[in-house]
Formats: sequence, C-alpha cells, structure tokens
Amino acid sequence: MTSRPTSGVRSEPLPGGEEQAGSLIHARGLRKSYGDFEAVHGIDLDVQPGESFGFLGPNGAGKSSTMRMIAAVSPPSAGSLSILGLDPRTHGPQIRARLGVCPQEDTLDLELNIRDNLVVYASYFGIRKAEAGRRADELLDFVQLTDKAKAKVVDLSGGMKRRLTIARSLINDPDLLLLDEPTTGLDPQARHLLWDRLFRLKQQGKTLVVTTHYMDEAEQLCDRLVVMDGGDIVAQGSPLALIREHSTREVAELRFAVGEHAALAERVADLADRVEVLPDRLLLYTHDGEQTLARVHERGLQPVAVLVRRSTLEDVFLRLTGRTLVD
Amino acid sequence: MATSTTPVPVRQRLLPDWGMVARQRVYWTTVYQRTWKGSVITSFVVPLLYVVAMGVLLGGFVDRGGADLEGAPSYLAFVAPGLAAAHAMQIAAGETTWPVMGCLKWHRTYYAMVATPLAVPDVVTAHLAFAGCRIALTTGVFLLVMAPFGVFATVWGVLLAWPVLVLTGLAFCGLFFAYSATIRSESGFALIYRLLVIPLFLFSGAFFPISNLSPTLEAIARLTPLWHGVDLTRMLLLDTVRPGLALVHLTYLVVLAVGGWVLAVWRLDKRLEV
Repeated sequence: MTSRPTSGVRSEPLPGGEEQAGSLIHARGLRKSYGDFEAVHGIDLDVQPGESFGFLGPNGAGKSSTMRMIAAVSPPSAGSLSILGLDPRTHGPQIRARLGVCPQEDTLDLELNIRDNLVVYASYFGIRKAEAGRRADELLDFVQLTDKAKAKVVDLSGGMKRRLTIARSLINDPDLLLLDEPTTGLDPQARHLLWDRLFRLKQQGKTLVVTTHYMDEAEQLCDRLVVMDGGDIVAQGSPLALIREHSTREVAELRFAVGEHAALAERVADLADRVEVLPDRLLLYTHDGEQTLARVHERGLQPVAVLVRRSTLEDVFLRLTGRTLVD
Repeated sequence: MATSTTPVPVRQRLLPDWGMVARQRVYWTTVYQRTWKGSVITSFVVPLLYVVAMGVLLGGFVDRGGADLEGAPSYLAFVAPGLAAAHAMQIAAGETTWPVMGCLKWHRTYYAMVATPLAVPDVVTAHLAFAGCRIALTTGVFLLVMAPFGVFATVWGVLLAWPVLVLTGLAFCGLFFAYSATIRSESGFALIYRLLVIPLFLFSGAFFPISNLSPTLEAIARLTPLWHGVDLTRMLLLDTVRPGLALVHLTYLVVLAVGGWVLAVWRLDKRLEV
C-alpha cells in the first residue's frame, strides 16, 4: 500500500494530483451539492484492489452521497472521480456493470420469490437465463437461503432480506462491492452472520467499500477507513492507527450519581489527556487507566462504578465528530 | 486514467440504449405473468358492457331523435370508436400512475434498476413499452368485441385504427409517468383522475359530437389529446377520413407521445438523483 497522509483535517490534494496506479476508486476534490446545500465538501480518496475500505460517520456526514457518486448513479458536482479507471459521468453503465451494490434501504421485489429476485436482476447485466439460474443457486447457498428459494420476499426477516440483497449484489461477480450501512437495524445474531459472509468475500479478495455508523462494524470489516463529518474527511487510516493517533491507549470510565458528571469533570480534568462528559458517566482518556483511577480515589472522589478498558474506534469517533467538552 | 473535472454535472444521455431496454424483458414478462389473470376477463367484459349499454341501448333512443352524428350511420357506430379511444387512455393511466409510484415508493424497483448498467432512459422506455403492449392487447380485444356489431366500414380501417389507439394511449403514458414520478403521495392521483381522466373521458367527443358544446368548450375540447385520438379512430373505423385533419391528429398525438416520454425521463432522472 502506498503511503498516505495519516492525519490531516481535510486532506489536501496530493502534490500535482498524482494518480496512484491501479486505484479502483480515485477521487480528488470530489463535491456533491443539492441546490444550495453541499453534502460533500471536496474529498480525496484512493481505494486499492483487495482492500476493505470504510466510511465512518454520523448521519448526514456525506457518506451516502459519496457512495452514490461511487455507484455511478449520482454525478459529482465538482472535482474528479474515476471508478475502475472510468469516468462515471461518461461511462456510468460500463462502471455499474462491474459494481455490486447493497443499498441502505432494501430494493427487493416484494412480489417475486427469492430466487426470481436474483434471476431477474441478473438479466439487467445481460446474463443469460441458464447462467443466471446457476449463479442464483450458488449465491443462495452462500448466503444460506437455499431452503427459502421459493419463498416470497415479504416472508423474510430483516437479516434474511439483507443477505438476499448481498447475494443479489454479487450476481454479476463484481470487481467492487459497495455496502451502504449493511447491518443497520439488524439484531446481533443477524449482524454476525452477515459479517461472517462479508469476511469470506474479503478473504476471496473482493474489494469492499462499506459505510457505517457502527464502530464495531468498522473494526470488524475495514482495513482502512475515513471518518467523515459534515461533508469532510476528518481522519483516515487503519482502525488501529486511528485509535493510536486520536485517542489514548486506555479509557477509565467513572460513573457518579446522575447530574454530577459535568461538575466533577472539572475536578479530574488534569488527571487525563482528555475528559469526555456523557450523561451517565465520565470518560478519562489516559495511558494508564488503573493509575488514573488511583489518583481519582486519592482526591476523595467515590464513583458508583468504574471500568478501565482499551480505547476503541468509538472513542475516536466521539472525539472527531466533536462532543468533547474538556480537551 | 479517465477523470473529469467539469464543474457542472453533465446530463446523462436522453436516448435509450435499445439493448438495455431489451434486458428488462424478463422483468416485465414476470410482471405480466403475475397480473394477466386479473385483466384478461375484464378486457373482454368491459368493452361488451360499454358497447351494449351505450351503443345499443342508449343508441336506440338517440337514433330515434334523428341526431346529427358527424356522418355516422348510427349512434352505435358513432360511440364505439370513441369508447375504444377513451379506453386506451384509461389503460394508459392505469399502467403509468400507480405502477410508477410502486416502482419508486413501495418496491423501489427503479432504484435497483439504475444501480445496474441500465440508465434512466432505458428504464422509462421499457416501462412505456410495456404500457404500450398492454394498450395494444386491450384495444385489440376491444376491436374484436365490437366487430360482431357491424359498425366497421372496412378491414383496412380496423387495421389502421389499432395502432392509432395504441398511439392515443401512448400520448398519455409519458405525461402520466412524468406526473407520477414527480408527486410524493398517492393523493395526487385522485386529482388527475377527477380533473383530467374523467372530464376528458366525458367531454372529448367520445359520447357526443363536440359541436354540441358551447364555442369556448368546443375550442378547449379540440385541444385535448383525447379528442384527436377519438376523431382519428372514428375516421378510420367509419371510413370518413379527411386527410388534412387526420394528419393534424396524427402529428398532435406523436408530438405528445414523444414529448411525454422526454418529460418522463427528465422527471425520473430528477427523482432518482436526490
């Protein structure tokens, strides 16, 4: 993998806007506006073959708008974008022929049975009927829906629908798989089953691009990710590098009586690199949680409950998307 | 590597790729297979009910009054072509209002389609082509049902009237499609059915010669697409063709069909981009 800026608020274009050979997605100064509202403020991206790349960010961060531009359904308002080496503004159909798209909201045909959903979708890619049937059976097996092949979509659970959508996105054996919030709204069991399937695809060498607002999902699936907020990329790197760079090694969580947290934050502010006030607890970002905890006790503070843990992407996310009171 | 730096979004192509349109055959055949049973009986019964009630029974009264029917030999002969053309409009409305909203709102079919090599013009064209096929089938049956009533002047007239009926339907399809791709709620359909489809059905010369209307209303009626369809169909079926006027009718309907199609592509493109 080529070197890239690991930090940087709103990464600057690389010198001379050079292109990294073999990028599946290459964007420089990419913007999207709807009327007066600019959803994406000029971002730079490079996704390499075989990579699992994530967009992390709160709702409204510009993740989905970016995904729709990458999916070659929404033309960029400004900047340069190339997908699979082609310009989506002139080669949309050629690009889409090689993409697999798993949209945020299901777009399955509720009146067709499960297998027909795949076979009909295959026809849009010009795949002949016999071949489409063969692929449909293979993919139903992959997403563990073979015994539901003749069932109607309306009879499927949320998790099964997502799995069917993923099977459908694979019908054309895509070079690049786009997953927009693949597990939003699913129960834990369904999420893990889905992650397991996506992990297998990753093992097979498929390039995945995932948007999510779940930190655990990003840590599970992504080799590298960008954090988006308000239409900008505010950080990028591997999950581990992001944690190293934007958070401390450990976090001490202190729980006091409800309503006391904001006042108490002042009294422990100097004990940690950073203190985050949540409604039900204080988060003290520190290199040694136990030691910090000991010093909290030395000051005569008696939290109702304490927990020392490793930093996670969630901490990075909270910091970067701006909810810290004391820094 | 190809990249673009144009600051303004480039409009996607307007013309369909016919290969891409053909790829949707499997989808639309599947749609037809699951809906044809519901439509096949009514396709035969509805024309029969109309022709018997309006043409034969009501016509009995009208003919006794010695009305001037623009040269038609009987009220049955006058009303039958009008009914066929009005029916084409109603099928057009049926195929391009609720189904379009369904593909956008309930099944999100169009969203799934444009994520594949298909583009908006391909999707619109295939849907309109399907509507055209449904209109062709239904009006074909309508003509068959009317045949035994002995109102058709020539076989040639019937063979030419059939495509004219399809054209009349298609003249509405694009407009209805564009409207349906624009509105967000199905309450908008009540509006066009009450303010457009029903008034056109009643006042476009299907049931009575529009010269019976007040001069202003008659002028308005002459501007409505359905009147052009009704009059052209009647000319062909009753062998009363006036070439100049027929050409005006034909041009009007073709322009409307093509214009509606362009409008539909534009509206769906806007809707899907957001």
